Amino acid sequence: MKTDLSPRMKVALYGLMCILLIPFVFPTWWMVTSSVKPISDIFAFPPDIIPRQFDFSTYSQVFELQPFARQYWNSAYIAALVTLGTMIVSSMAGYAFARIKFPFSNAIFMVVLLGLLIPSEVTIVPLFQMFLSWGMINTHWPLILVPVFGAPSVFATFVMRQFFISLPVELEEAARVDGLGRFKIFWTIALPLAKPALGAVAIFTFLHSWNLYLEPIVFLSSTQMFTLPQALTQFTDAYGGAMWNIQLAAATMTALPVLVVFIIAQKQFVEGLAHTGLKG
Amino acid sequence: MTNLAHDISKPRRTFWTMERRDAAAGYIFIAPQLMGIVLFVLIPLGLVFWYSLHEWNVLANTFNFRGLGNYEQLLRDPALPQVLAASAIFSAGLVVFNMSLALLLAVLLDQKLRGIVVFRTLFFSPVVVSLVAWTIVWGFLLQNNGGINGLLQMVGIEGPNWLRHPTTAMISVIVVQVFKNVGLNMILFLAALQGVPKELYEAARVDGAPRFKQFRRITLPMISPTILLTSIITIVGSLQVFAQIAVLTQGGPGMSTTVLVYYLYQQAFQFHFFGYGATLSILLFLIVAVLTFAQWQMRRRLVFYEN
Repeated sequence: MKTDLSPRMKVALYGLMCILLIPFVFPTWWMVTSSVKPISDIFAFPPDIIPRQFDFSTYSQVFELQPFARQYWNSAYIAALVTLGTMIVSSMAGYAFARIKFPFSNAIFMVVLLGLLIPSEVTIVPLFQMFLSWGMINTHWPLILVPVFGAPSVFATFVMRQFFISLPVELEEAARVDGLGRFKIFWTIALPLAKPALGAVAIFTFLHSWNLYLEPIVFLSSTQMFTLPQALTQFTDAYGGAMWNIQLAAATMTALPVLVVFIIAQKQFVEGLAHTGLKG
Repeated sequence: MTNLAHDISKPRRTFWTMERRDAAAGYIFIAPQLMGIVLFVLIPLGLVFWYSLHEWNVLANTFNFRGLGNYEQLLRDPALPQVLAASAIFSAGLVVFNMSLALLLAVLLDQKLRGIVVFRTLFFSPVVVSLVAWTIVWGFLLQNNGGINGLLQMVGIEGPNWLRHPTTAMISVIVVQVFKNVGLNMILFLAALQGVPKELYEAARVDGAPRFKQFRRITLPMISPTILLTSIITIVGSLQVFAQIAVLTQGGPGMSTTVLVYYLYQQAFQFHFFGYGATLSILLFLIVAVLTFAQWQMRRRLVFYEN
C-alpha cells in the first residue's frame, strides 16, 4: 500500500489522524489540567482547555486523605516483583518447551496453555478461599504469586516459546558439542539473544500488574495495603460523591510516570510488542 | 548437528546420558510454571466445580451439598438473561469497534508520511495509562456537566447524561475500553501490514487493480492470521472486563451494564453467595472455552496461511 501520496491526499490524511487523535489524547490532557484547577472551575462552561487559575493544593490533599505514598510503593514493588518473577518463570519454561526434548513435553505444554482459557476471574472464588486458609488475605502475596506462577504468566511463556523456536539452533548446538550444560547454554547464549522478547514480556507484565483491580479489591481490606487503582476510587466525600480534582491529581500521579517512560522509550516499547511471537 | 552431538557424548556409559540430563533440565525449567498452573489454575478450577455443587453463604457460615441446585437456580435466575445480553452486547460492540478502528489506524500509520511516529506514539499512549486512572477521567468527562457535554454544547448539541441511560451507558463503557486498548491491536496489525511482501502489490498494480481491491484481495488475506489471533485475545479480554464497569457504572443503570464478571463479583463478594458465584464462574469458563474453540475452528475456513 505504500505509494507516494499526492499533497492533497497527505493533507487529508493528516487531518483525519488529528481528528481521530482527540479521544486518545484529550482525556489525558483533561486529567492533568483539571487536577490543577480549583474545584469551582472544573465543571466551568465553556470548558477551560487551559486552566485559568492553578491550585496545586489538590496534590497535597491526595497525601492527606490517604496513605498515598505507601500505596504508591505497594503498587510499584508488587509490579516490579511480578515483572521480574514472570520474566524468570516464563523464559525458563518457554525455553524448555521450545528447545529441550523431554517426555510428555507437548502434553504438558497443552496443560499449561489451559491457563489462557481460564482467566483469573473464573478462579477468584477458590483462590480467595485458598489464600484465606493460608492466612494471606490482606497481604500482597496473592497479587504476586498468582500472576508470576498462575494463569497470567502463561501468555508470557507462550511468547517466550515462540521466540526461542524462531531462534537459530546452531549457536546452541556448538556449545553443546563443547560440553556446556543446559543451564549454562540457556543463561549465556539463549537468554541474551532473547532480550527483545523479554522486553515485551516485561512491558505487558508490568502494565498488567499496575492495572490489576479485581484482585486487590477482593484480597485487600486495609487502606495501608491498597494498590493505586484501588486507592484512586477512594477519594470520595462523606456522601460518596467523587472529589474530582483530588481524584484526578491522584490519577495524574499514577499515570504520568509510566507515560513519560513510554514516550522516552516508545521505539523499544512499540517494536518490542509488535515483533514478538504474536504473529499467529 | 544433533547427531554429531550425540556421537561425541556416546562413550560415557553412565546413567546420566545427554538425553537424560536434558530431560531432567527440561523438567526443572518448567517446574515453576507447571506447579503454578496446578496450584493456581487446575486445583482452583476443580474447586470451583466442587463449590458450584454447594449452597455456601459465607456470612451465615453454611456449606451444604446441593447437587445441581445452583445450576437449576442459574437457569431460573431472572437476572441471567439481562446479564448475558449485557455481556454479549458489550463483547460484540467492543470487538467490532476495536478491530475496525485498529485496522483503520494501522492502515493510516502504514502510509509514507513525515512525523508518522509521533502519531503512532500518541495513538498508543492510552495503553500505558493506568486503567483506573483512564476510567476515572472518562467518568469525569462523561458527567452530565462534564467535558464531553461541555464541548458538545459549544457546537450547539445538548448531550445526554451518558452514564445514566442504559443505551448511552453501554456505549460509554465500550468506547472507554476501546480507546484504552485499541493501540495494542493497531500495533499488531501494523506489523502484519509491514510484513506483506511488496511484490504482491507491484503485481496487482501492473494488473491495474484498484486500491480497495488490492486491500480486500491481498492485504486482508495476508494479515488474516493476525486478525484471528487478535480477535481471540480481544474477545477473551472483553469477557474479563471489570474495573471499567465497577468505576463507571457499577453495572447500572438498572442492570444494563452488569456483565458476567461483574455479576459474579456481586454474587460472591458483595452478597457472599460463594456457591452461586462458583456456578457463575463455571458459566464464564464455558463461554470462554466455546468461543476460543469456535474461533480456532474458523481458522481453517477464513485464514490464509502462506505455507
